[in-house]
Amino acid sequence: MDLNFTPEEQAFRARVRAWISEALPEDLAVKARASAQFTHDELMRWHKVLAAKGWAAPAWPKSFGGPGFSAAERFIFNEELELAGTPPLSPFGLVMVGPLIQRFGTNAQRERFLPKILSGEEVWCQGYSEPNAGSDLASLRMSAEDRGDYFVVNGQKTWTTYAQYADWIFCLVRTNAAGKKQSGISFLLIDMRSKGLEARPMLTISHSPAFCDTFFDNVEVPKANLLGPLDGGWTLAKALLGHERTLVGSPGLVRRWLRLAREIATEQIGDDGRPLLEDPAWARRFAALEMRLRAHQMTIYRALSEQQKGRHPGPETSILKIVGTDLIQRAGELCMEVMGHDALAWLPDPGVVPDNEAWVGPSFCYDRAATIYAGSNEIQRNIIAKHILQLPSA
Amino acid sequence: MDFDLNEDQQLLAKTVADFCKTRSPVSRFRELRDAEGIGWDPASWQQMGELGWLGVPFPEAAGGLDGSFIEAAVILEQLGKNLVPEPYLASVVLGGYALALAGDEDQQQRWLAPMLEGETSLALAWAEAGARFDPTRVSCTATPAAGGFSLTGAKRFVLNGHAADQLIVSATTPEGLALFVVNADAPGLTRTTLGLIDGHRGAHLRFENVALEPNQLLGAAPAANVLTRVLDYGAAGAVAEGLGVATAMLDMTTGYLGTREQFGLKIGSFQALQHRAVDMFIEVALLRSMSLEAMVRADEDGPERAAAVSAAKHQLGIGGQFVSRQSVQLHGGIGVTDEHDIGLYFKRLQALSTICGDATHHAQRYAACLRSQSS
Repeated sequence: MDLNFTPEEQAFRARVRAWISEALPEDLAVKARASAQFTHDELMRWHKVLAAKGWAAPAWPKSFGGPGFSAAERFIFNEELELAGTPPLSPFGLVMVGPLIQRFGTNAQRERFLPKILSGEEVWCQGYSEPNAGSDLASLRMSAEDRGDYFVVNGQKTWTTYAQYADWIFCLVRTNAAGKKQSGISFLLIDMRSKGLEARPMLTISHSPAFCDTFFDNVEVPKANLLGPLDGGWTLAKALLGHERTLVGSPGLVRRWLRLAREIATEQIGDDGRPLLEDPAWARRFAALEMRLRAHQMTIYRALSEQQKGRHPGPETSILKIVGTDLIQRAGELCMEVMGHDALAWLPDPGVVPDNEAWVGPSFCYDRAATIYAGSNEIQRNIIAKHILQLPSA
Repeated sequence: MDFDLNEDQQLLAKTVADFCKTRSPVSRFRELRDAEGIGWDPASWQQMGELGWLGVPFPEAAGGLDGSFIEAAVILEQLGKNLVPEPYLASVVLGGYALALAGDEDQQQRWLAPMLEGETSLALAWAEAGARFDPTRVSCTATPAAGGFSLTGAKRFVLNGHAADQLIVSATTPEGLALFVVNADAPGLTRTTLGLIDGHRGAHLRFENVALEPNQLLGAAPAANVLTRVLDYGAAGAVAEGLGVATAMLDMTTGYLGTREQFGLKIGSFQALQHRAVDMFIEVALLRSMSLEAMVRADEDGPERAAAVSAAKHQLGIGGQFVSRQSVQLHGGIGVTDEHDIGLYFKRLQALSTICGDATHHAQRYAACLRSQSS
């Protein structure tokens, strides 16, 4: 057993860290240090910096323009980005639909879509949830009717994150109402500029306009934009869930929350007149979270070690989404609590609270989504109960 | 990064698992628990010695097989799965490492080597009233007398203290903290056998002017350092055994959920119970991760050892205990009977969670690690 990264991997980490500190534009670096929320334009600027370096899609194979990182390098790379607080790239093209197009797309689809996803020239969003299809995704109703050369799409998608900035949306649509509900679903790639398509932004609880309701009124979609087989979209959706899960286990975000909480806890004075961190009760709360993060990180390393050996990471990796997102929330909650009265502030003017506290409230609020997206943690538990613990179904 | 056991270690795990399955079902522990006697079987102990399990982590010079603590942890996990009653944790890990780290070559030959053969067993007597989990607050005294020492004082809850042939005892001397080897039949030593919560036995020890020869002083390394290291081995060992216990409990519980019927349905089909079982699965997975880190770092001498071991022991005390308590809960009434094995596991995990420091102790220690890291 060897619990350490190799010297080569450690050198890679140093290279990535040095590059980030050089390549991240100064105005974004200022926001990163304050843990501020980035605008869409800001994250697309960073996307293009990464793309120019060849690092926008760390998980893509070399043949599609990826950097050819090993599993450990991918992990280190993502962790360094999170630790530096760089703008989180939109995952919908790079992490979600991109790999699906690579795996299920025709050559024409690959050539048409992949280069522009990689360069950031085209922005994607995800059309999965509907007003009556959330956790029970397979009961979705948005319909695509076959009209020969094209489909006519009608219905509504919701929680479509940043649809207002997107050029394309990938959608699960119903192409067949007969039979099992999972078997009548297809996967369509739809141009956001199509006639009859409208995205209406709404505010999230973090005050960012991150969500949209997206309406489809007789939208015509060419047959060439069907990804994978007709009525075979559920297979793609399930494959995507696998990709998505690797997105959310990363401990860098938790580490950054804890770093910030610790920084604030050395500045905030407790009831006994000493900095909070000198209070054993607070120190123990930090220790408890740090220990849980350590156990989470070791579990990730175990999965990584499996991947490095070309083996499928074992069933225990399915817990990473639950544990990782739970930790993100707990660390944000701790950060809010150490702020004391300052936690009452909302989008404060400069000087109302220290700069490093100004964005804690909105980020803490937005992180509520972490246990809901990518298959809510309750759905994750259902999956583990059924497929890993093999408990009986009702 | 590589989390695989090497081939020898994998083979060892399999051999121990097979041994436990065929020769040490839980019923064997139950019989020994209920019988008069020491609560474990010297013949089985000797077999373990012949198989090399008792000596595997220790240097060849001391009669060992030159392995690492990883081998000991691998064995403990398997023993935990079947509640094997022989005193591996008490005698090999606590007693054995104390002798290996603090004893010179002659002392190791004399007292460690026979234990590694399974001919004798050891115990580490460190806990005292009023000192909780701090091994350096010692009120036992060893005063110089007649060219040797005279030992007076009391030790509590000495694991395997009732059966050990030699006891490794911490005491304060004019030169500071020291460790001594005391024979079980030494005049002036009174052993009171205790029944423990987990069905094992232990002892309270009282020393009244016990005469010690100079060569009973284990002076190869400073006693405080040795005790800290040995208790880290003990904590990591408790985690490894506790992982075996918790793994078995999770298996038994998911098995029960898949067979027990109420309201005309298998109770494992109820979502509330499914999610509870998944939460148990999560805690076992995190415990395994921490046990792996602790078993590797236990042999290291840097600051990461304390951090890794304490984080692992904390996870046993929080996560492992969650698994244990929920296992009883999900078994319902039968889980609260003596007849069902789940309660035996529950009590062993409770004991392991206390041995070498509980969750609160290790959270405080981890907080201290973080403080020294940032300063």
